[in-house]
Amino acid sequence: MARIIVVTSGKGGVGKTTTSAAIAMGLAKKGHKTAVIDFDVGLRNLDLIMGCERRVVYDFINVVNGEATLHQALIKDKNCSQLYILPASQTRDKDALSKEGVEKVLEELSKTFKYIVCDSPAGIEKGAHLAMYFADDAFVVTNPEVSSVRDSDRMLGLMSSKSRRAEQNQEPIKEYLLLSRYSPDRVKLGEMLSVEDVQEILSLPLLGVIPESKSVLNASNAGIPIILDEKSDAGQAYADIVARYLGEDKPHRFIEDKKGFFGKLFGGK
Amino acid sequence: MSLLDYFKTSKTSTASLAKERLQILVAHERTSRHQPSYLPELQDELLNVVRKYANVDQDAIFVNFEQDEHQETLELNIVLPEDNHGKKPKR
Repeated sequence: MARIIVVTSGKGGVGKTTTSAAIAMGLAKKGHKTAVIDFDVGLRNLDLIMGCERRVVYDFINVVNGEATLHQALIKDKNCSQLYILPASQTRDKDALSKEGVEKVLEELSKTFKYIVCDSPAGIEKGAHLAMYFADDAFVVTNPEVSSVRDSDRMLGLMSSKSRRAEQNQEPIKEYLLLSRYSPDRVKLGEMLSVEDVQEILSLPLLGVIPESKSVLNASNAGIPIILDEKSDAGQAYADIVARYLGEDKPHRFIEDKKGFFGKLFGGK
Repeated sequence: MSLLDYFKTSKTSTASLAKERLQILVAHERTSRHQPSYLPELQDELLNVVRKYANVDQDAIFVNFEQDEHQETLELNIVLPEDNHGKKPKR
């Protein structure tokens, strides 16, 4: 049986797809056979972030509709043989997905994969609902910013009432906080909500903090998941997150502003 | 600047303002999350009944549901117009 992880946030632009690509790659690189699914029907972008946009032939909707087999639609990642990508359809609308269709695909993937990462679209409509519906674990990507925190809380409410686990009275989805685009120096100046603030408001266990980083844009420009940039702080943050998720004891990093006077003077990543 | 001043200024930082606003908002939204789903419909029907007798606005009726460990309270608040047959506005 595979473990199904949803990467969700409610709000758009907080780093869901970046996170999905990074953690799927991280899990696969640790030797776990992993599939990552783009649930953003009509606005697919995971393929672009993973750098496989020119290899998309069939998509998630084709599989749901029986127009292609799962085997035909899955794209094997060029960097890691344990990682497969299931792209969303770019031409259909979001109503093309159905609960039954998604369930069938997830069940089939569960037979051979260890982890299934569901990249949720923004919002709380059908795509977002289906992305979280079957989840075992939820990675709630939040920026230290009022609208993102509020939307994350809304998403948590939906997961506790509208997921399969909630509807069937099973053990609830395990929810984790991933605080992204964090700037310790701005927190220090009182300009940004701190990790503790966000944790206090959302009352979620912290899986990791991803610092605001120039390397994230560089990675998406190149279509290489940020976790493969081992020199970057954001890449290391995601590697820590994957390790923590798998039960390794990793102390939290990137929470304190470590740069000294000279560091600030000359800048950093 | 003394140490005390430092703490005073950090109190009024935009981050603490954000935290305060969020805590209030999130607490409010969490309570409304557990409200019964019939509440908006109930509000509508009550409003229609009241309108048979008095000319009140949509926002003159307020239905609130509160829940604590021991009891559930349905609070109903209707503001009647001033010129209602000489009656005073009633809460």
